[in-house]
Amino acid sequence: MTISTRVQEIFRETGAIAALTLRAITGIFQKPYYQREFVTQLDKIGVGSLFIILLTGLFTGMVMSLQALIQLKPFAATSYVGGMVAMVMVKELGPVLSALMVTGRVGSAITAELGTMVVTEQVDAMRVEGTDIVKRLVVSRLKAILVALPLLAVVTDTVALFGGYLMAAGSGVNLIMYLHSIPQFMALQDMFEGLAKPAFFGVIIAMIGCQVGLSTRGGAEGVGSSAKRAVVLSSVLILVADFFLTKIFIAFR
Amino acid sequence: MDRVRMGIMPSTGIRLDKVTYSVGGRLILQDFDLSLDRGVNRTILGVSGAGKTTILKLILGLIPPNSGSITIDGTEITGLSEARLREVRRPIAVVFQGGALFDSMTVGENVGYRLIEQGTKNPAEIERVVLEKLGFVGLEDAIDLYPAELSGGMKKRVAIARALAADPGYILFDEPTTGLDPIGVYNICELMRRLQQQGKTTLMVTHDLHTAFQVSQRFSFLHEARLVFEGTREELMAAGMEVTREFLSPTPRSLFAYTSPERTTA
Repeated sequence: MTISTRVQEIFRETGAIAALTLRAITGIFQKPYYQREFVTQLDKIGVGSLFIILLTGLFTGMVMSLQALIQLKPFAATSYVGGMVAMVMVKELGPVLSALMVTGRVGSAITAELGTMVVTEQVDAMRVEGTDIVKRLVVSRLKAILVALPLLAVVTDTVALFGGYLMAAGSGVNLIMYLHSIPQFMALQDMFEGLAKPAFFGVIIAMIGCQVGLSTRGGAEGVGSSAKRAVVLSSVLILVADFFLTKIFIAFR
Repeated sequence: MDRVRMGIMPSTGIRLDKVTYSVGGRLILQDFDLSLDRGVNRTILGVSGAGKTTILKLILGLIPPNSGSITIDGTEITGLSEARLREVRRPIAVVFQGGALFDSMTVGENVGYRLIEQGTKNPAEIERVVLEKLGFVGLEDAIDLYPAELSGGMKKRVAIARALAADPGYILFDEPTTGLDPIGVYNICELMRRLQQQGKTTLMVTHDLHTAFQVSQRFSFLHEARLVFEGTREELMAAGMEVTREFLSPTPRSLFAYTSPERTTA
């Protein structure tokens, strides 16, 4: 494939993702709502990801706390460890880690499921049966992920704070000191940032997962390569988007 | 026909006029014409990879042609939005090659899918229709099973029941008997014959001569992007063309000759 063909391909795909995103976002407010599909997806995405999110949050919080305690000890400032863990988790690691976990677990599953439906002609069958596949297959997943991912980020943050406290308690920091330091490091906008970022990442995961899945060609190999492409693309875009979102939030601070 | 042209009667049937379709530089159909009137049953024969499924996808508006005209009951479908296409597709149902049943739904939900989507019938009416259509294909007991629990033949029968649920005028069949055992083939052929007796318009694409001769009276033969033959079984058997002769009775000369057509748009 020549460079110009590759560039054309990238522009075409970006355009397709943008168009699908626009249709999906407007579709959120239009009937039919496919509530049953939404609840199924919410269960798969939200409840299904809970265990992996709990593990990720717990161990990340413990590691954050361990590292912070090493830095704070020489200054006799270990009582600030709660604030440090909270700030890093709520603003950055909570949203990014939960999004990356959901990408690996759910983004790949969305792509594989839709890709399989394409290659087995189920998507064509749905279109023939009179279904708007964007509303049924894409909007329901987008809505579910928009609800689930911010909640999962909150769970990650909460569990990480708990894990952080477990480590801090071992260094003589009591619960009151640990909790008291949190508002010293955090403002209300930080909480908003901690919810807005995962919602934005959710749009990335859902839209890339759906677009790549629906454009799958070939058989089982095509499904596999689509799932891999969706995970790589989503993960990179989440990290890039995180940088720009942080810049925007800093600008409006 | 004259009354149709004069606009007194609405034009009915499916028409493809000089349709050309290519993908990835490979020519699938060129200046392809097809006419399917209401109440007619017809079979398009051709080797694997000849573009038979493409014809069905073009009729359904699932893929757009490069050029040419496709009309369903007088409505030109090329260039229509997906929303308009959904309306135009209403009288058409299709039985896909692999059944294309929805994995996440039960047999009953699959069969009642279109009625649920249309939202014009209440759940009790939908259940009655589902049971009636499953009864037609002899699978009432499978209503709560999932597609993964069905054999290949049962999947095809459920796909036929799903196609019939909204009482379509046209039913398209894509290789309906491929991969089935003789009893499965007999069942599907019998169902298709019963549909024809009910006056349904059917279009089947297949490479299976046995099935074609069982259920059709008129045949077309697709070769190198065009229909090279149209006629009855007897006319097909008597046709002097080498390609149809080889298709009907392959000889050592036909080894690899017609299995991988490579046609370019250049």
